[in-house]
Amino acid sequence: MANKHRLADKSLWVRRETLRIHGLAPETRVASSLSAVELFVALHYAPIMAFDPANPRWEGRDRLIISKGHGSICYYPILADLGYFHPDELDKICQQGSFLGGIPDTIIPGYETINGSLGHGVGVACGMALALKARRSDATVFVMIGDGELNEGSIWEGFMFAAHHRLDNIVVILDNNGLCMLDRCERVLALEPLHTRFASFGWQCSRIDGHDLAEICDTLAACKSRRDGAPQMVIADTVKGKGVAALETDTLCHVKSLLGKELEAALEGLQ
Amino acid sequence: MSQNPARPMRDVFIETLCNRMVTNDAIWFLAADLGSPALDRMRQEFPDRFLNVGIAEQNLVNVAAGLALEGQTVYGYAIAPFIAMRAYEQVRVNLSISSQIRPVNVNLIGVGGGVSYQVSGPTHHCLEDLSIMRLLPNMTVFSPSDARLAEAFVDYTLAHRGPKYLRFDGKALPALYDHIAPELLEDGFCHLIEGEEVCLVATGYMTQRAVRVAKEKGVGVVDLFMLKPFNVDKLFTELSRYRHVITMEEGFTNAGGLDAAIGALLAQRRSTITMDRIGFNDSYVFDLGSRDSLHGLNDMDDAAVIAAVDNARRG
Repeated sequence: MANKHRLADKSLWVRRETLRIHGLAPETRVASSLSAVELFVALHYAPIMAFDPANPRWEGRDRLIISKGHGSICYYPILADLGYFHPDELDKICQQGSFLGGIPDTIIPGYETINGSLGHGVGVACGMALALKARRSDATVFVMIGDGELNEGSIWEGFMFAAHHRLDNIVVILDNNGLCMLDRCERVLALEPLHTRFASFGWQCSRIDGHDLAEICDTLAACKSRRDGAPQMVIADTVKGKGVAALETDTLCHVKSLLGKELEAALEGLQ
Repeated sequence: MSQNPARPMRDVFIETLCNRMVTNDAIWFLAADLGSPALDRMRQEFPDRFLNVGIAEQNLVNVAAGLALEGQTVYGYAIAPFIAMRAYEQVRVNLSISSQIRPVNVNLIGVGGGVSYQVSGPTHHCLEDLSIMRLLPNMTVFSPSDARLAEAFVDYTLAHRGPKYLRFDGKALPALYDHIAPELLEDGFCHLIEGEEVCLVATGYMTQRAVRVAKEKGVGVVDLFMLKPFNVDKLFTELSRYRHVITMEEGFTNAGGLDAAIGALLAQRRSTITMDRIGFNDSYVFDLGSRDSLHGLNDMDDAAVIAAVDNARRG
């Protein structure tokens, strides 16, 4: 229970920090970052993943590919907090000389891959997973994807490949916040029934509340230890802009920036 | 010049690579459902490191990038237009951009450059690859004119970490080289034939044509088999013996390919050497027939090159 409270407190802190750095760089995508906060927190503070901030490329680490790169500025405060870089770097976000851009790249300590272009992460994870299996590593490759990203054909090529090659060291986490840029995903290009679709592609699939820390931790821990031949998909149902009323109720929140009084209200409204 | 029997570049390359795989277990070979007689041995001997990824070039590049990020050396093998263009954005992001920060040793082999699949029409011709691959930062572009060059390039790919595009001809071409010194690959070109006044600067299949014309007309031939990078200082010195240069490529002209590389070099050095370009002129090829006949229709055959040489000499 203590752990659960700790993770909830950490999630609140991450949301606050995410809003704060969004205020410093309003061009960052805040809504799609807020939907994934509990997922990132569970991975790093439960912790589910093995990692070493002092040695970001430590051979034994679990890999995390953030395929929905733009929606991960909430990861910046986490990386700073864990010691991947000095927290002062957060204040320089999107400024000349900073490595913290609006869309993260491998110049940021802790990021494994180039991100921002959608539909790439699962295929790259397949390559990493193959190499890890070839050298008998126990490491897991986690991939964070978005639901709008499922429109990209290349991602389904990756899903087929992972299942065919029995890459059970891959765990994909789908931040299923229901929205892409212009509308609800279901209205743009229907994705449901997601569970059935992934299962039919040969994936072991579970569906959880992506803001329920206990459920996230239990599910991801089980995924990490399960090696039965099938790659694993965790559909995490989330709310885009979670914690900020002005975002949660706005279908077009993907490109919404919180400025001035809106940002103040968002910070005050966090619970 | 050698008279040895011709073998396809891909077979010679794969055979040599297979030999390296015996002692180097970091080598992986991904094919997009494209075969080769030489691949049969690899499939049997290395079933864990030869993967047919299916007809899925985008995923091939992504998987290759993932393997390479884990320190592996990867070869991706597909029909040229599909590896170069279907998967172009994957190449850009996961190979070219990525390698500026975390270099990946991924070698993309495009089989069937130019119109070497001459009866397969414009979807299977590949006239854009030299241009679009050359423009990517951090990318090496290799366009061999015979199988010996292709064979020698195996060890280059192993020794030079970074993304590379290898444009292989779909047909077996006569050998132009007897021996390939490692330094030659570092230069990126070979002054195959020294001549008077006019130099044909060619790449890939067109070097074969250039050599034929040179024997008849007494002009020089430079085989630029590495469109990027190549030793610009040394090439400029070689070209400075001539008054006129004719570039020859089985690709679109005025589109960033071989002619752009040479044109940029001459312009940057404020050279007085004049230049003509031979290649496909902003138009796809629906015509059927022999490769020579397709070249004839597009002013790229021996007669067209000879006319360009004569014209330059008159000028």
